[in-house]
Amino acid sequence: MKISTLNSLKTHLLILGILCIGSVFAQEDSTKKVKENDEQELNMDAVFNRPTLSFDKVPVTLGGYLEANTMHRTEEGITDGLSFQARRLTIFMAASISDRIKFLTEIEFEDGGKEVAIEFAALDVAFHPLFNFRGGIVMNPIGAFNENHDGPKWEFVERPDVAVNMLAATLSNAGFGMYGKTYSGNWIFGYEAYLTNGFSSRIISNEEDKTYLPAHKDGDNLFEDNFSGKAMFSGKLAIKNRKIGEIGISYMGGTYNKFEDDGEAVEDQARVDVFALDWNTTIKSTGTYIVGEAAWIWAETPDTYTQQYGNKQRGLFMDIVQPIYKSKIFEWEDATFNVAARFDYVDWNVGRFKETGTKIGDQMLAVTPGISFRPTPKTVFRINYRYEWNTDILNNPAERAATWYMGFSSYF
Amino acid sequence: MRMKSYLFGSLFLLPLFFSCEVFAPQEPEEYELLDGPVEDLTMAEAKRFIKGDVAFNDQIFTAETGLGPIFTGTSCVSCHAGDGKGHPFVKFTRFGQEFPGVNEYLKQGGPQLQNRAIPGYEPETLPPGAPHTDLIAPIVTGLGFLDAVRDQDLLDMSDPDDLDGDGISGRVHWNTRPDYVKDRPETISKDGKYITRFGKKGKMYDLLHQTADAYNQDIGITSYFEPYDTYSGDKLQSEIDRQTISDVVFYLKTLKAPIPRDQDDPDVMTGKALFGDIQCASCHKPTLSTGYSPIEALSYKEFHPYTDLLLHDMGPELDDGYTEGYAYSYEWKTPPLWGIGLAKDSQGGDYYLLHDGRARSIEEAILYHGGEAVNSKNLYRGLSQTQKDQVLKFIESL
Repeated sequence: MKISTLNSLKTHLLILGILCIGSVFAQEDSTKKVKENDEQELNMDAVFNRPTLSFDKVPVTLGGYLEANTMHRTEEGITDGLSFQARRLTIFMAASISDRIKFLTEIEFEDGGKEVAIEFAALDVAFHPLFNFRGGIVMNPIGAFNENHDGPKWEFVERPDVAVNMLAATLSNAGFGMYGKTYSGNWIFGYEAYLTNGFSSRIISNEEDKTYLPAHKDGDNLFEDNFSGKAMFSGKLAIKNRKIGEIGISYMGGTYNKFEDDGEAVEDQARVDVFALDWNTTIKSTGTYIVGEAAWIWAETPDTYTQQYGNKQRGLFMDIVQPIYKSKIFEWEDATFNVAARFDYVDWNVGRFKETGTKIGDQMLAVTPGISFRPTPKTVFRINYRYEWNTDILNNPAERAATWYMGFSSYF
Repeated sequence: MRMKSYLFGSLFLLPLFFSCEVFAPQEPEEYELLDGPVEDLTMAEAKRFIKGDVAFNDQIFTAETGLGPIFTGTSCVSCHAGDGKGHPFVKFTRFGQEFPGVNEYLKQGGPQLQNRAIPGYEPETLPPGAPHTDLIAPIVTGLGFLDAVRDQDLLDMSDPDDLDGDGISGRVHWNTRPDYVKDRPETISKDGKYITRFGKKGKMYDLLHQTADAYNQDIGITSYFEPYDTYSGDKLQSEIDRQTISDVVFYLKTLKAPIPRDQDDPDVMTGKALFGDIQCASCHKPTLSTGYSPIEALSYKEFHPYTDLLLHDMGPELDDGYTEGYAYSYEWKTPPLWGIGLAKDSQGGDYYLLHDGRARSIEEAILYHGGEAVNSKNLYRGLSQTQKDQVLKFIESL
């Protein structure tokens, strides 16, 4: 979430300060404890499941990741040429305040530090494995990507459209709730449930000219004010079989508009409801990793408003990643080459025109083949080629665009 | 050895990456698109064209930036996708005036019905019994050429009393205009009225008049030119700056004329000849020319819009009982036919032709013609199917 626009100097001082603290402590005690993926983990554990530096006698762990890439986009034969992007620098920090009480935060610097966003900053209190309190700025558990979005975990430079542009990932809000997990044999079951601030009317009044949940993030005082005055509920159930894979069902919804102002009714109350299904699995025999997410949004809009802002959306993404070569290269044990493919689809406006009965367009379809090289699981170099088709609301011939990406993402 | 192969493979990928265009979608042929500037703009004019392009095609209005509160569309492009003809999704209704002169429903929201509203507001509804018509947006390319046609040329084409006896009596629309518009070169006035030429009834004087009015009536945006809010009727601060409107006007003036296709096709060539033979070209004039324009690329050019910009009696079937300015309700300005073959690409793949989109094909549009066009329509009906197909193919090639 954008909290403010800091000047560049402040931003760089903050980054430098955090890194210096880490560096000083690391020099005092350079023990590195790197946490790796675990079969016990669910997507909801992503905030814990990151490589971090920890230091003896200091109850703080520190980590982060950096993403940078080149990009060459051509839209209907017209290109702006090659550009270099340092998309994001993310710092995360965890502190054990006492037994059973932890603080975790994730701060993202985008666009060279012009935007600083607290994506996550929460206090966790563990009462029981099935019953933990979390409060602060929490990531709404909608889909899988929103909570498991670290760049080095993915083989693609771009984030999935359905997750980022439809579900507004990375979406976090001020609020609190509970989460927990339990195990039985090969089965793991987890849940999350939070009450947070909700969306705003920007989702149906924005410069995208469509119902667009991420527009909510352009608002002011997001962590202080709840636009509608009504809490938004978000919750997720996830189940994983260690031999099969994980599936998650999530929901997020609530009133999004300011229907009362100063005690006076000024609009009809309007809700937005979001439902998502996510899955991931690894085919043991081939090592093929499959991950995906589908989502549906229902947003109430007045009949007298414009159909430009649809009241139903749906989208899907699916990644297939196939390791093709794994060996020691230079000094990297188990360096891996992968081929991968992603399918993205979003229908921004599901329905038919009242005037003609014909189908409303406003759809995006993209396929992205790619190759990646992982010298270690913490670092990925990737080349992607994305071809997309964007159809306008009237269903006119799709605008085509092709983009080459070459870049890296690495934890540090 | 294995490492060398990796390095070799990596080196192979680099030229692949940098030869990006090879795998990119190719630019559509110029004749497939309606957007794009006229030829020979100066670099300064090209920059201004792009500024107007961005305002016209990318600027979306929201409640925060002035949309409404009652409106018909949220942007210019919502009515003019790809600079082409509009879709019934954003058709708009005009009401309140049955005879030449004054709209009697101005205090009840006329002349345009803002049929949509931002949340918390109620849109306008049609007053019972009010004369009205539905309209869809016209194609906007080549407007600068139409704007630069000299008034005298329009007068020369007009024949209000049908002195030549051909059954066609087109007339210019003498109408009032707002104070903020400036005279076009060699403009002609009569009794305080001017020759107006834009809009389905030809009631708008020029592209500034058209643009400022559309921002106000379609999107609910007040400006220096049209400062009155369509909802409250109050004079409000401008919600768009003059420069932006000026850039959009410049963009509209300098959008290229649609490029005809398949002109060497024998059927198209025969269809073109038949088009003249059955007197379609009496109103849908193939060729006009511009006078002086401050934009050199538009000055003294010959172009092919297939219109005479005059008002014609189109008969009872197209008479909706509503009119504007000093036109009669049965009169419509001859719409340019250029770009009609590309209309489907901005209308979602289907044709919605005539002023309200009621005709779903070019032939259906022809058969709706009446009044002064009855003779032409009957001549068309008398053609063989092959000849009809050739006429339709020609019109579609424009």
